[in-house]
Amino acid sequence: MAQIRIEHLRKDFGSFTAVKSSSFTIEDGEFFMLLGPSGCGKTTTLRMMAGLELPTSGHIFIDDEEVSQKPASQRDIAFVFQMFALYPHMNVRKNISYPLYNQGMPRAQIKEKIAEVAKILRIEDILDRPVGGLSGGDRQRVALGRAIVRDPKAFFMDEPLGALDAEFREHMAEELRALHDRMEATTVYVTHDQLEAMQMGDKIVVMNHGVVEQFGVPQDIYDWPATKFVADFIGSPPMNFLDFEGTVANGATSVQLSGVDFQIPEMLTGLQGDLSLGVRPEHVKLTDTSAYRGEVLAAEYLGTTQIVTLRTDHGIIKARLSSSTNVREGETVGVDLDARKLTVFDAQTGHALMSSANKEVLTHG
Amino acid sequence: MSFSVTHPSLRQKWIAGTLVILYALLTILPLLWIIATGFKSPSDAIAYPPKVVFDPTLEGYVNLFTTRTRMTPEALEEAGPPQTWYDQIVRQYDMVISGPSRYGERFLNSVIIGFGSTFLSVFLGTLAAYGFSRFKVPLKDDLMFFILSTRMMPPIAVAIPIFLMFRQLGLSDTHLGMILLYTAVNLSLSVWLLKGFIDEIPVEYEEAALIDGYTRFQAFYKVVLPQAATGIASTAIFCLIFSWNEYAFAVLLTSGTAQTAPPFIPTIIGVGKDWPAVAAGTTLFLVPVMVFTILLRKHLLRGITFGAVRK
Repeated sequence: MAQIRIEHLRKDFGSFTAVKSSSFTIEDGEFFMLLGPSGCGKTTTLRMMAGLELPTSGHIFIDDEEVSQKPASQRDIAFVFQMFALYPHMNVRKNISYPLYNQGMPRAQIKEKIAEVAKILRIEDILDRPVGGLSGGDRQRVALGRAIVRDPKAFFMDEPLGALDAEFREHMAEELRALHDRMEATTVYVTHDQLEAMQMGDKIVVMNHGVVEQFGVPQDIYDWPATKFVADFIGSPPMNFLDFEGTVANGATSVQLSGVDFQIPEMLTGLQGDLSLGVRPEHVKLTDTSAYRGEVLAAEYLGTTQIVTLRTDHGIIKARLSSSTNVREGETVGVDLDARKLTVFDAQTGHALMSSANKEVLTHG
Repeated sequence: MSFSVTHPSLRQKWIAGTLVILYALLTILPLLWIIATGFKSPSDAIAYPPKVVFDPTLEGYVNLFTTRTRMTPEALEEAGPPQTWYDQIVRQYDMVISGPSRYGERFLNSVIIGFGSTFLSVFLGTLAAYGFSRFKVPLKDDLMFFILSTRMMPPIAVAIPIFLMFRQLGLSDTHLGMILLYTAVNLSLSVWLLKGFIDEIPVEYEEAALIDGYTRFQAFYKVVLPQAATGIASTAIFCLIFSWNEYAFAVLLTSGTAQTAPPFIPTIIGVGKDWPAVAAGTTLFLVPVMVFTILLRKHLLRGITFGAVRK
């Protein structure tokens, strides 16, 4: 198992730049998520790490060994493809053992290995079946089997749950995570599903337009997004933005919206111009005492919580409230924001301004 | 339960069945005619109206494989009674067998040149198609168009230049020359057909093999080739049918050593209007292509629809 370090990785396809300059480190044994919308460069980044694409520039280190120009066959990593890519002309057993034949492993040992892997994945009874007739879940397990049978330095997975039925995905996600915890293998996992990333990952890299937007643990990324893109991409419903023109000074502890003061974490930078106050729906509260007013447009009931849509002077925002809160469409209510969980963004660049609360997260990423 | 599929009525089945049988008769009738003529005597073969019922004889086949000389009655007397059944057949015409004909050689030439060029076209075509399908080839589209453009005129249009080139290179009337020529003509077909087939094979299979520690070439022949078998088989059939039946180049460029069966068969007619021998030669000539096609039929049926459908 291995640590993987990416430095200033870049990939051009003709005049199109798929990955601009990615840098991050995946620690040994981590379950690492590459998250972003389609076309953001996450799959290209993974393919470069695997050796299926060669980078235009930049470095990839697996256990401090530079591999960026090495072919895939020499990197000792395993790859699980989205469509599984099981060899259609071989049965399950041959598919799983195929990487081992190449290593010249003795037959008896191969047999032992397959038995072990089949037991872990609970596919003992389908070993001699052709892969053509298998269900999605079984194909997924065989693909995993082919990956883990080799004890590679790292597992790379490209949206491995993407081809499965929705109800089965959850189950497989748990199985994958359990498998990872058992093997403690460095795993890099590409997904466009932010829930999947939050649920499974130890760490997440969020990419957009070939650029790493933020890199860190799920909680930090959720609470303290580094850019408006991350704030918007993660969370459902996403973070609310109250756009305003004004000034925040270095050391400020409040911002003024429509003449109402909102407390914010102490700012460590200052900026004048187009700003945006970011707040997660669960940090929006309704209080009669607040002078900041909003009109209730709709309420969606979600069981224990409800999502209330409000029209304010600074745009439409959504609040996640307890279902027991009584709101009526059309009524005007006072809106308050949780002072500890607010982020001020530069509306021009989309970057978060540094405050005492997100300082650690921003300097880390 | 409801089905959206409508079952054909009895009347529709009858109409469809009749049409299929009519079409089958239409295509198979010339073949049956040739096969039947091969077993007729020369007089039955040219009888008018044509004889459907006749006394079958192997005369045509005997004449196909032998050369014969007419003898005077005295000489025949001297030669003694006929020794074998085929001797007996030729004696009816006051002739004796003077030696084997060249049909066997010509047939063998057809086999060597036909299968040789088919193998070469498919081999080179597979490699080229794989390259075009998987790698960034500069001017790929233009090259593919250029390859196809060699089929845009009848091959025989370049017969004179090829004739002159072959004479200069010493390839006239050689097996190698004919193999190279038929390969060149077939290659455009095989590259285009096979590229279609290989494009259909997801690249992930090879990538999986690369990740599993195999080299690019190993990935090609262990993972891509088995899946391209269907395409390769159907391409091979098309290539063989062309080079097996090719007539014009064969007439022009071969005369002795490398002459194939198609230009030879018409010469059998000779002076005696020996239609049964011609028919016998044609019948036998059909056999290898039919056997080859039947052997690969399973692939051919799948192959025709496989490459044709774009996802």
